[in-house]
Amino acid sequence: MTSLPAAPPSKKLGLVVDLDICVGCHACAVNCKEWNTSGHMAPLTDLDAYGADPNGVWFNRIHTFEVTDEATGASQTVHFPRSCLHCDDAPCVTVCPTGASYKRSDDGIVLVNADTCIGCKLCSWACPYGAREYDEHEGVMKKCTLCVDKIYNETLPEESRVPACVSTCPTGARHFGDLADPESDVSKLVATRQGFELMPEQGTKPVNRYLPLRPRQDDRDGTMSTPRTLDHVDDSADGAGLLARWVDRLLSA
Amino acid sequence: MGLNPFETVREAVDLSPEVADTVKTTTCYMCACRCGIKVHLKNGKVRYIEGNGDHPVNRGVLCAKGSAGIMNHYSPARLTKPLRRKGPRGSGEFEEIEWGEALDEAVEALGAVRATDPRKLAFFTGRDQSQSLTGWWATQFGTPNFAAHGGFCSVNMAAAGLYTLGGAFWEFGEPDWEHTRYFIMFGVAEDHDSNPIKIGLGTLKTRGDAKFVSVNPVQTGYSAIADEWIGIRPGTDGLFVLALVHELLKAEKFDTAFLARYTNAPWLVIQDPGAADDGLFVRDDDGNPLVFDTTSESVVASSGVGLKPALVGEHILIDGRKAAPVFHLLAHRYLKDEYAPEAVADRCGLDVEQIRRIAAELAEVAFEQEITLDISWTDWNGREHQTMTGRPVSFHGMRGISAHSNGFHTCRAIHLLQILLGSIDVPGGWRYKAPFPKPIPPSPKPETAPPQSGKPLAGPPIGNPTGPEDLVLDPDGSPGRIDKAYSWEHPMSIHGLMHMVIHNAWAEDPYPIDVLLLYMANMSWNSSMNVPDTIKYLTETDDNGAYVIPKIIYSDAYYSEMVPYADLILPDTTYLERWDCISLLDRPISSAHGPADAIRQPVCPPERDVRPFQDVLLDLGARLGLPGMVREDGTPKFPGGYADYMTNHERAPGIGPLAGWRGNGAEHGRGDPNPDQLQAYIDNGCFWQHQLTEEQQYYKPFNKAYLVFAQEMGFIPAAEPMILQIYSEPLQLFRLAARGHGQRKPPEEHRARVDTYFDPLPIWYMPFEEAGVDTNDLPLHALTQRPMHMYHSWGSQNAWLRQITNSNRLFIHPETADDLGIADDEWVWIESHLGRVKGQVKLMRGVNRQTVWTWNAIGKRRGAWGLDNDAPEAAKGFLLNHVISELLPVREGGYRHSNSDPVTGQAAWFDLRVKVYRCSPQEAGATEPMFEPMQERAPFRPADGVVRYGQEFNTS
Repeated sequence: MTSLPAAPPSKKLGLVVDLDICVGCHACAVNCKEWNTSGHMAPLTDLDAYGADPNGVWFNRIHTFEVTDEATGASQTVHFPRSCLHCDDAPCVTVCPTGASYKRSDDGIVLVNADTCIGCKLCSWACPYGAREYDEHEGVMKKCTLCVDKIYNETLPEESRVPACVSTCPTGARHFGDLADPESDVSKLVATRQGFELMPEQGTKPVNRYLPLRPRQDDRDGTMSTPRTLDHVDDSADGAGLLARWVDRLLSA
Repeated sequence: MGLNPFETVREAVDLSPEVADTVKTTTCYMCACRCGIKVHLKNGKVRYIEGNGDHPVNRGVLCAKGSAGIMNHYSPARLTKPLRRKGPRGSGEFEEIEWGEALDEAVEALGAVRATDPRKLAFFTGRDQSQSLTGWWATQFGTPNFAAHGGFCSVNMAAAGLYTLGGAFWEFGEPDWEHTRYFIMFGVAEDHDSNPIKIGLGTLKTRGDAKFVSVNPVQTGYSAIADEWIGIRPGTDGLFVLALVHELLKAEKFDTAFLARYTNAPWLVIQDPGAADDGLFVRDDDGNPLVFDTTSESVVASSGVGLKPALVGEHILIDGRKAAPVFHLLAHRYLKDEYAPEAVADRCGLDVEQIRRIAAELAEVAFEQEITLDISWTDWNGREHQTMTGRPVSFHGMRGISAHSNGFHTCRAIHLLQILLGSIDVPGGWRYKAPFPKPIPPSPKPETAPPQSGKPLAGPPIGNPTGPEDLVLDPDGSPGRIDKAYSWEHPMSIHGLMHMVIHNAWAEDPYPIDVLLLYMANMSWNSSMNVPDTIKYLTETDDNGAYVIPKIIYSDAYYSEMVPYADLILPDTTYLERWDCISLLDRPISSAHGPADAIRQPVCPPERDVRPFQDVLLDLGARLGLPGMVREDGTPKFPGGYADYMTNHERAPGIGPLAGWRGNGAEHGRGDPNPDQLQAYIDNGCFWQHQLTEEQQYYKPFNKAYLVFAQEMGFIPAAEPMILQIYSEPLQLFRLAARGHGQRKPPEEHRARVDTYFDPLPIWYMPFEEAGVDTNDLPLHALTQRPMHMYHSWGSQNAWLRQITNSNRLFIHPETADDLGIADDEWVWIESHLGRVKGQVKLMRGVNRQTVWTWNAIGKRRGAWGLDNDAPEAAKGFLLNHVISELLPVREGGYRHSNSDPVTGQAAWFDLRVKVYRCSPQEAGATEPMFEPMQERAPFRPADGVVRYGQEFNTS
């Protein structure tokens, strides 16, 4: 019911997340919470913080699961960070009855105006990614702002003007930039690594991209170039022949 | 808004709100990594903590723990005032007292001990980063009973490294992330060395030309992004590594030149079984080890210039006895079929082909992909090298190696493999971090002179023994220390045995103590083995109703499980409220690129009546009149507390806790105390770093330019080379004593043990618990690790992090669970030879099939940490500590050795063997054992349980 920008935003700011090197450390999630609980959508309320069911507002959550190869039985642990994908066709915006949920026309960031949000939760039903976070205490829907109050913040040094999840990521698995610009670092990274959209069949045209796992050099299929075994120079029992050979060669430097 | 009511409403977003009115740098303490942080403050409150981009440790990134620092800083469980126990120990009933009373009470107890028998003070610290202060304080007090937590952390790795390389993994070394092409991580738990390893792995994998192998029974965290995960059976890493050694030897894939020049591989070893010097190095009259020089065909000092020393072949010495080079002995041993992949694969739970292939890959990268850097350098005996050659294979090891009773030898085996590959401190290999390398082993030795009443010890209580004469024993040969460190039970326990202190103090074995002083150590909970009995030891009374451990003084910032067991609480500050130094005398923040140290500065004043423990310790020292802490007139020497000490204390002339900006402010390393030193640190982001020159970067133990620099800085006593000790003569000296030689010999009951385990070359043996229990009855290994977002974290309760993990499951392989008739989510008993604990199962494939594991230190006791009694941490969280014994099962002779490595005393908590079985339906739903709740103490907990941190900063 709320309209998207009439013309597509000239910039599409978003994140590129490298699943190949994400170790599931939660640094991005916690640093995000730390920045944003005092930021544009402050606070990121925590209910029952010291009790039986602690639960709070998080803009970014990490899911860890195992993928098993049915054929070989080999398993792979995958860490998957999940946050708002700032979709081009954001259903959370169009479903909003008050105009509180909106997409910025200049950079494509999807935000919620807390003053006009009535807490009806339609947007969280509409979002196929579960990326919305309802603050029960305030009756307001909250979500990733792409650190809109950090990335343009002139009171911060230039290098700090990236989303908190990106600047804090210890493995360098998170990247930020303009995905509308094919020459941007993030666009090139997506092109090189075959970055993919999450659930494209939903038709939401997410801006964020994920980079897939690189092929593992584990030689499960025996195709690596390195030798699979070393040639033993001598196979005499307990290496007696080798010792004798080395005495002959004096083995000195 | 336009005419269309559904048109997007434009909100006025403040894109440039003022984030902070002040930004202060300091050093994080949410775990042990010592990252640099920038703390953004607004109106005196913490607005945001981020990594310091200039800092050498974390280069701007910050982990989940560091990012959650705000919630620790404002924890509901912060202590507010000194406490004196009123109810029985464990009850949590205290009265608040003033600091004056608290200090008087402490001085009275400590003063009485010092005046009579100083060793009746046992002073042990946990994740303390001020060990150079605490150890010095113990020395001045005069007690040998001091150590930090290294005995249950990683002393096996530290000792193996220091006695082999003069450095060690983690603290004293790191992989050459920039150049390595093949990186193996052995038993490295989640998030160890948090940000440096994560930065390194990200770099290495993004570069795309390296392979990362993780040897670990569990495939989580770092292991999840490994190219190859080797899900080894716990405690068998040593066998796996020695099989790799076997393969490399068989194929003649080792670095002969490196071995001959930089290691003791050519040193001649006396082969005269039964003689008092059997197995020692052949030495000349000046004590120099000798080699057989193939050019002159004579036996000459190993330090000679231009030698071509033989690595194999026995020689007849002038006295007619036989001698053989170290390499000859090691080849003879590891070429044996018992080390072949076929012989070990089953035990390790691996395929023969996989072991063979890893050996082949190591050889390929080390010898076919060598790196050459165009950097000329001169080695210790004057050989000039135009380039630096690298064998780009690097390793890192941690707790999975360390926390086994065979961990010392396993870690030595890993170092042997590194040395054979020639990948120590070379481009692409494993590199030392200053002030390492140090002489092998480094000085000093532990002080052995008996303590005297009212006197300081003549030397430090902790050091590195090189033979039986360095043991700390009473005249009758019994242990001189309460933890039995440096006794025949664990002769090379260079970090002490904190895990035995409470048991031994209770058992009055080897003697009773009067005061137990603890800092930052949750010894009645997740930092002890065998929690139920530990609580008994802490609370047991004698016939007169007096506690067997008479006085317990404890310093902590939070209401942890340990607090109720102390008689006097000295409340500490949070890490944002204190001075600290991360010193080159202790555990600095150096990298392979150069030495570095750091400080913490108070960024917020404490709003409670608490004091930094280091200030309190110096104050107590002054009140007790300890040497070095008072002036001649008896007034305190450091009235300004720890900051004063950091600036003005000198350990040796010109050498103080901080290396940067000494003297006139332009001197580094050595120099007079500089009153403006701390300001200089603050101006530089709270750290100091010195970049080594290109020429000094590699080959440091043998690199003349580096050695001269290190000597000038005071890192090493002389610019002499550190020759890598494949064969460890100190081990052989202990073994000879066990064979009846020398002045000091172990008592009969320890002889066989010392003889067996003090092998001068690495060995593998079955972990003690596995060897001592019925493995048919207890068929599974059980491991613990902390999750990444809590690893190494002190103050282990946090409002944000507990939303990520607040209870722990027992992870089991589906096929193993199937065999046991256990389904996902079921509640089970986990039973060891000591007892049983109850928890809930989660199936996962990425785990060794003979192993179960869980997250450690999630479980909390009811009443502790400001949590509600029905918090999942208390209701469902369980500790394997409850079923890990601090003692081994009874062996021949009835003596129960501690559950530790026989060489180093490392607590062997990864040796745990268990059986797992379903509990009855009535038992499901809550963990057991369930201890009585402690009296609550949570002065800062919001009444409605709602935390709305940051709302006051919202300017939009």
